[in-house]
Amino acid sequence: MPETLVFYVLSGVAIATSALVIGQRNPMYSVLLLVASFGALAGLYIQLDAPFVAVAQIIIYAGAVMVLFLFVVMLLNAPREDAAEWDRTHPLRQPAFARFGGLLALVLVLQLAWALLSATGVDAPVASRAGSEVVGSVRALGRTLFTDYVFAFEATSILILVAMVGAVVLARREGDQS
Amino acid sequence: MDLRLLVQLGVIGLTFFMLINASALLVYAERKVMGFMQQRYGPYLVGPHGLLQPLADILKLMMKEELRPKGADRWLFTLAPVLAITAAFAAFATVPWGAETTFFGLLAEPVKLGAADINVGVLVVFAMTSMGVYGIVLAGWSSNSKYSLLGGLRASAQMISYELSYATALSAVILLAGSMSIREVVDGQAGAWFGVIPRWYVFLQPLGFIIYIIAGVAETNRAPFDFPEAEQELVAGYNTEYSSVRFALFPQAEYINMTTMAAVATDLYLGGWHGPFLPPEYGWIWFLVKVGAILFTYIWVRWTVPRYRYDQLMQFGWKWLFPASVINLIATAALVLYFNA
Repeated sequence: MPETLVFYVLSGVAIATSALVIGQRNPMYSVLLLVASFGALAGLYIQLDAPFVAVAQIIIYAGAVMVLFLFVVMLLNAPREDAAEWDRTHPLRQPAFARFGGLLALVLVLQLAWALLSATGVDAPVASRAGSEVVGSVRALGRTLFTDYVFAFEATSILILVAMVGAVVLARREGDQS
Repeated sequence: MDLRLLVQLGVIGLTFFMLINASALLVYAERKVMGFMQQRYGPYLVGPHGLLQPLADILKLMMKEELRPKGADRWLFTLAPVLAITAAFAAFATVPWGAETTFFGLLAEPVKLGAADINVGVLVVFAMTSMGVYGIVLAGWSSNSKYSLLGGLRASAQMISYELSYATALSAVILLAGSMSIREVVDGQAGAWFGVIPRWYVFLQPLGFIIYIIAGVAETNRAPFDFPEAEQELVAGYNTEYSSVRFALFPQAEYINMTTMAAVATDLYLGGWHGPFLPPEYGWIWFLVKVGAILFTYIWVRWTVPRYRYDQLMQFGWKWLFPASVINLIATAALVLYFNA
C-alpha cells in the first residue's frame, strides 16, 4: 500500500516538525520547521485529491506568511534563548501564564477529541464522494465559495482589511508625515 | 515496467537535463552578448569561440576551497543554496514545452512533453517561485555578515512586492483561457485571427505581458532590479560569503528561474509550441525559439539599462505596476463577462 505509506510518512513529518517548532531555542529554526510542517500538510491535501488547497497552503502559509515571520525574526534579530536564564527572565515561565497556557491546551485537546468522535464517514476521500464534479477543482471551489459561502468569504476579507488598517495606524507614529 | 511510464520518466529526465544545460548556456550567452554590446569578443579562448567556457567555469568552481565564515550558522548556511536550486527546478515541474507526440510513431499512445500536467499548474509555478525566496533570505541571514543580511532583506522585500503584480498579470490570462492548466492555456491559443494574426494572448493582453516581463525581471533579481546583489553597495549581496559549489548553485538557480519565467511567458502569452510552418510534432522548436528570444531580451536589458535606486524600485512596484495589473485584471474580467454572456 504505497498510499498508506506516503500518508504515514507525511503525517509523521508534520507531527515531528510541529513538535520541534516549540522545542527550538533559535527562533529562526522554529520558523523553518513550521514551513516544513506546512509542506507536509500540503502533501496530505494532495493525497486527499485537493491540489488547489495544497497549492494555496504553500502560496499563502509557506510562501507569504512565513516569509513575513522570517523577516520579522531577522529584523528584530531575536537572540537565542539561553538555557541558563530561561527560568527567571522568560515571561511565559510566570505561574499565571503557565496555568493559562495549560487551560488553552486542555481546551484544544477536548475540541480535537470532540471533532474526532463526532466525525463520521471520513474513511472515503472527499473527491470520490462528491459525485460528478471533483471537489478539488478550482471551478467547483470558486462556485461554492461565491454562492453558498459568500457572506463568510466577504466578512473574512473585511476582517483582514480591518487588521491591515489597524496595523498601519499602530505602526505610524504621531506627527509622522510620510 | 510499463513502457508508457518509462517514456514519461524519460521526458522528465530530459526536462531536468535541459534545465541544467540552459543555465550553462545562459552563462555563456550572457558573457558573449555583453561582450558584443561593449565592442569586445567576450570569452574566446576555451574551445571554438569560447564555447567550452562554461565547462571551464564549472571545473574552476568545483576545485575551489569551500569556506564558511566563523560565525555562520552551520546548518542553514549549507541548506540555503540547496533550497534555492530545489525551488528553481520545482517551479518548472508543471511547465509543458511541447505538444503531445508519439515520437514519430514509435509509441502507441501519445506522450505529453513536459514533466507534469495538473489542473492547477500555474499556481504551482507561483508557489515554487515564492519558495525560492527562502534560499536567498537564509543565505543572507546565516552568513553572519551585514552585506549578506542586507542583500537577503532586500531580496525578500522585492520578491514579495513584485510577486503580487506578477500573479495578478497572470490571473488575467487564466480568466481568458478559463483554465489553470498551462497545457490547456496553450491549446486555447491555437489557430489565427483572419488567417494571419496568431491567436496569442499577448495580443489580447499587451499590458499584462509588459507587466509580467517587468515583474519577472524583478522576481529573478536581474538588472536593472538586481538589488539583492548590487555590487557597488553590497559587495555581492546575499552570496558574499559563499564560495565553490555552494556559490555556484545561486547563479545557477537564478538562470533556471529566468528560463522558467521565459517558458511561462511563452506558454501563457506567446502561444507556446503553436506557430506557422512546422507540424505540431516539431512544435517544441517554436517553443525553444520563443524562449530563446525572451532570454535574449533579458540579457539585452541587463546590459543596456542601469540599476534603479532601491526606493524607486518599491515606488514603481507598488504605485505603478501593481495598480496597472489590477486595472488590467478588472478590465479583462469585465470583457470576458460581456463577451461570454
